Amino acid sequence: MTNKENFLVGIFDDEDVLLHAVENIRDKGVKIKEVYSPFPVHGLDEVLGYTRSRLPIAAFLFGLTGTSLALFTQIWMLGYDWPMIIGGKNFHNIPPFIPVTFEFTVLLSAFGMVGTFLIVSDMKPYKWPRQYDLRSTDDKHVMAIDLGANKVSKEEIRRILKENGASEVNEKSF
Amino acid sequence: MQASSVVRETLVTGGKTVADVSHDISRQVEGKPTRLWWMAFGVSLVLLAYGAYCCWIMLWNGIGMWGLNKTIGWAWDITNFVWWVGIGHAGTLISAILLLFRQRWRMSINRAAEAMTIFAVICALSFPAFHMGRLWLGAYWVFPLPNAFGSLWVNFNSPLLWDVFAISTYFSVSLIFWYMGLIPDFAVIRDRAVKMGNKSRANVYNALSFGWDGAAKTWMRYESVALILAGLSTPLVLSVHTIVSMDFATSVVPGWHTTIFPPYFVAGAIFSGFAMVLTLLLVTRKVFHLEDYITIYHVELMNIVIIITGSIVGVAYITEFFIAWYGQVPAEQYAFINRATGPYWWAYWSMMTCNVISPQLFWFKKIRTSLVATFILSIVVNIGMWFERFVIIATSLHRDYLPSSWTMFHPTMYDIGQYLFTFGIFFTAFLLFAKFFPVINMAEVKSIIKATSEKKKSTH
Repeated sequence: MTNKENFLVGIFDDEDVLLHAVENIRDKGVKIKEVYSPFPVHGLDEVLGYTRSRLPIAAFLFGLTGTSLALFTQIWMLGYDWPMIIGGKNFHNIPPFIPVTFEFTVLLSAFGMVGTFLIVSDMKPYKWPRQYDLRSTDDKHVMAIDLGANKVSKEEIRRILKENGASEVNEKSF
Repeated sequence: MQASSVVRETLVTGGKTVADVSHDISRQVEGKPTRLWWMAFGVSLVLLAYGAYCCWIMLWNGIGMWGLNKTIGWAWDITNFVWWVGIGHAGTLISAILLLFRQRWRMSINRAAEAMTIFAVICALSFPAFHMGRLWLGAYWVFPLPNAFGSLWVNFNSPLLWDVFAISTYFSVSLIFWYMGLIPDFAVIRDRAVKMGNKSRANVYNALSFGWDGAAKTWMRYESVALILAGLSTPLVLSVHTIVSMDFATSVVPGWHTTIFPPYFVAGAIFSGFAMVLTLLLVTRKVFHLEDYITIYHVELMNIVIIITGSIVGVAYITEFFIAWYGQVPAEQYAFINRATGPYWWAYWSMMTCNVISPQLFWFKKIRTSLVATFILSIVVNIGMWFERFVIIATSLHRDYLPSSWTMFHPTMYDIGQYLFTFGIFFTAFLLFAKFFPVINMAEVKSIIKATSEKKKSTH
């Protein structure tokens, strides 16, 4: 069995208190492992210092793949592989190919992006997440501080958390 | 940091807290179904069973069992298809377009509306699927799969093929959009199950939630995904009914051959979709006691969307008539005069009454804030929208170019049975959804509780 990881878990009732607390705690040089919330708190990613998600780029690239794949397939199938005269139109007939191209772009972009999201967030049906406090999906914001990664003493972190509005501070080991 | 505005209406009443939201919405998933639910479920299963019987007979004998004839080669099948697809549009409109416009009132209705979209599209898909006759061979006819004829590929010039791609993309993208919204809420139910010591439920809902942890980083990515999915779904939903309308608009049949079909169909789709959302939500809110989340204010806003889209549809009907006269094509002129005064006048005037006249009642505040009036009118609107599709499809076909081919359409019990079958699918699926899935998006509602709940407002 590996060494246990020890955490100090601060519970916050209000998102505005939480935002200020994250700022102050980080200013004091305490490293925050992660904050768990029941709903998205706007501005939390900024105060935690997270860089913007690059998922939009993934969505764009998947979309581009869809566009080119659909156009290529249609032009090749009806233009080269088995040309057919339909309503006297050209074999290489771009306008009627647009609806399918558009739909396929959206399809690949949406599925590609969601798939990427699940992979980068390491989400899978058979995985149980590490739960610091069960109330983090109900009505509390839960801040996890890894004691092993911090030089500040446990008592000091506990004091800083309380000072910044944490309603409870608990210890948790995994 | 989130400013609460005095101008904004209260979206959640009853002084709810964040914890109340988890409790009120999860409760119906955790408890036993009510007697009312069982009764409704029983009725849906009966419809489903009778419909499935009719579909089986029809599949065995072929679609000659339908009431179609040489002149009217498309009738209830495509009418019902377009009707169901149209109903589906409201869900995407509410969840995607209203998200882009930052309309926060969408938050307590989007989950149920999206579920309705998905079930409605399944119902719609069943019609073209059965229309293929041997539907187990369907994949060869609609997807460009290599085959033993050359390969002879599918015809990408055909609007019917565009429909295949439009509807299947619409269905699958709506499905993941809806499912993405459900993920954090499944985690709420999972954690409540852990607290209650219900291990099997916790495992099931954990699997459904893909092991959601609610970390700030995950939420950040999640919001970015939701925004892009909304951005993708917005043109998608507009494209779907546009392409459906092209099934008709690209033909040369008088009465179908009009360029205003795409916007006119999209408006009609949103109109009928909102009506169906209201029908379902008024019942759901009553059965699950969600009056504090789906308020009269929500109902009123949806009724306003119904007036607007209903009026657009009304203008489109009149425009079609005007253009038929102005275009000076005798066949077109005849098609429209025949609609209003020919043997199908009753269908035309049912459509006009239900779609153009009745929604105008919502101009009265008393009517648009009355639940009973809204419920009745929402059903009237959907009857009207069914007639709209029937009028466009059947009346344009029943007077063929040769008077010797003129005829009427008479549905058989298999036409009716298949229509009932889709109602069976729709209500069975919706009732299962309402029982096992959280019917309101808890995470989104929680995020606005502070700014818009009554209690919090007064303490500010």
